[in-house]
Amino acid sequence: MKTLYVPLDTAAIAMGADALAEAFRDEAARRGIALRIVRNGSRGMHWLEPLVEVQTPAGRVAYGPVSLADVPSVLEAACADGADHPLCHGPTDDIPFLRTQERLTFARVGVIDPLSIPDYEAHGGFAGLRRALAMAPADIVAEVSDSGLRGRGGAAFPTGIKWRTVLDTPAPRKFIVCNADEGDSGTFSDRMLMEGDPLSLIEGMAIAGLAVGASRGYLYVRSEYPQAEAVLAAALALARQGGWLGENIQDSGLSFDIELRRGAGAYICGEETALLDSLEGRRGMVRAKPPLPAVRGLFGCPTVINNVISLATVPIILARGAAHYRDFGMGKSRGTLPFQIAGNIRRGGLVEKAFGLTLRELLFDYGGGSASGRPLRAVQVGGPLGAYLPESQWDTPLDYEAFIGISAMLGHGGVVAFDDTVDMAAMAEYAMEFCAIESCGKCTPCRIGSVRGTEVIGKIRRDEAREEQAALLRELCDTMVAGSLCALGGMTPYPVLSALEHFPEDFGLARVPAAAQTA
Amino acid sequence: MDAPRNTVAACPLDPTELVRDILLRHAGQEGSLLPILHAVQDAIGYIPDAAVVQIAAGIQRSRAEVHGVVGFYSHFRRAAPAPVRLEVCRAESCQACGGQALYAHAEARVAAAGTAEVSLDPVYCLGLCAQSPAVMINGRPHARMSPEKLDALLAQFQEA
Repeated sequence: MKTLYVPLDTAAIAMGADALAEAFRDEAARRGIALRIVRNGSRGMHWLEPLVEVQTPAGRVAYGPVSLADVPSVLEAACADGADHPLCHGPTDDIPFLRTQERLTFARVGVIDPLSIPDYEAHGGFAGLRRALAMAPADIVAEVSDSGLRGRGGAAFPTGIKWRTVLDTPAPRKFIVCNADEGDSGTFSDRMLMEGDPLSLIEGMAIAGLAVGASRGYLYVRSEYPQAEAVLAAALALARQGGWLGENIQDSGLSFDIELRRGAGAYICGEETALLDSLEGRRGMVRAKPPLPAVRGLFGCPTVINNVISLATVPIILARGAAHYRDFGMGKSRGTLPFQIAGNIRRGGLVEKAFGLTLRELLFDYGGGSASGRPLRAVQVGGPLGAYLPESQWDTPLDYEAFIGISAMLGHGGVVAFDDTVDMAAMAEYAMEFCAIESCGKCTPCRIGSVRGTEVIGKIRRDEAREEQAALLRELCDTMVAGSLCALGGMTPYPVLSALEHFPEDFGLARVPAAAQTA
Repeated sequence: MDAPRNTVAACPLDPTELVRDILLRHAGQEGSLLPILHAVQDAIGYIPDAAVVQIAAGIQRSRAEVHGVVGFYSHFRRAAPAPVRLEVCRAESCQACGGQALYAHAEARVAAAGTAEVSLDPVYCLGLCAQSPAVMINGRPHARMSPEKLDALLAQFQEA
């Protein structure tokens, strides 16, 4: 019996993986070959998708990108224990893009069958939850605090402090909410994790429930991710059957269950309080803070709301101990971040590394430079609310504080590369336009400011009193930063001002001498 | 692993009965409005006006409130969709890879086909940013798109 891996990840399906799996099955049947096809997650080398792997005595061997026409020859090579082929990349784990990664959160993604509890457990799954079931809630929270884990959704708030607040707030009901509304362009790590290792997210949510005394969780997945939703639904059913969710988990006397919810195409619902409103069956409107969700969150109850990657990282922290995780990283950025290299890049995909490497390493050592072959000119880090960085800043270490130091943010770890054909004034205008489209409308700086911002940038681009309009744009951005209720209005100025600062020539403006610039 | 929710199923039930069934299934669920709206749209293809009235009564919220929720979320439709529904990503990563030109091409293509045949909507990120530009057709993702590939795909869907 030969085992072939054909990913079920959207990145592979969007390149024809479903038809490919069928074709391998048919071709094997025609040749009388006993073939087992495992639909695994993606290894994160998206330029090679669909990446097909075969199990050999010496480990897994990779072929990609495989098209339907390649099926007979790839099957032949695969059956000869990973023989050579024009699409063969040798042992998967030795591919340079993968070999140097430090995969903690993504250790199982692409490796295991995401919908097999035995496979999950054979690769260390449920070790964290097993340990947590025997611990006092405060000790679980302490372990997470000690690991140094900070919110991976973008805000980088210490996860342990959030959990401590919920634990210390007495209430008859508490909730765990997973924010899987990954709407930032350039990010797909949540999606890959949910499709490639959904049980780790479920395990992380269950541990969070034990830690703060919540017996119910909600998993809010965006509607643009139908495959993630389908995989999660199947994984939740498996976890319940296996006694890892529901009443009396593994005969511990403790209970926790998760309800899967689907978003409906609103970027703002990635903001935690808007997401809570959406879960309550309302328009996704941002709430004023305080009260914090940890004190008064879902249905007015204390609520832990964390991003997918934060929650899915908790099991390994519990399984291996806080120190193991904390030993990765630099400064106050402990552990690893799954970076996502996207946009105009030759080898795009997911790179999980300890904090501290540089953008240049990501863009060139991993990414291989631009896909177009033209020079890279600007890089947006941290999604649509992140700054555009010129080449002079690509040696900044990827660390939360170092990025704040250059008026940028690491956010969710998405990196979008642009070549020298980009018009940065157009990108700045788009940033304001996007804010106008997605604003929930609750606060004026965001609702009105984004519309005015779009108009003002339009005037600058058309050279209508360009200098005055640029001054006005800076003032408007000040107001949005200082006066908006949430990060949408408050951070849209980051891409706008960074484009203006670093690429003034695209706006038809003169470059300000470095000495005259304010920090 | 098929996601049947994006295919408009032939609906054997009368819509009123169907919405009543859905309301019953979600009785007692806290914050049930979005799940109910999704169930209705999955079954009927859109949220008919009559369903808004029926849902509002069923969950004891005002019609204005339900209407407001439907209108807030771009995923919900108030009218029957075209048989071929094309969504093209307009976010940054796709813009870095010719997404604007692809969108313009799609607009021209849809204008030629007629909006009753093919609908076009912008979408802001499909999570395929390392394989930009990306589109969805009837809920199925396609990456590394080009105007030529898009034409070929649309032709397949329109024939089917």
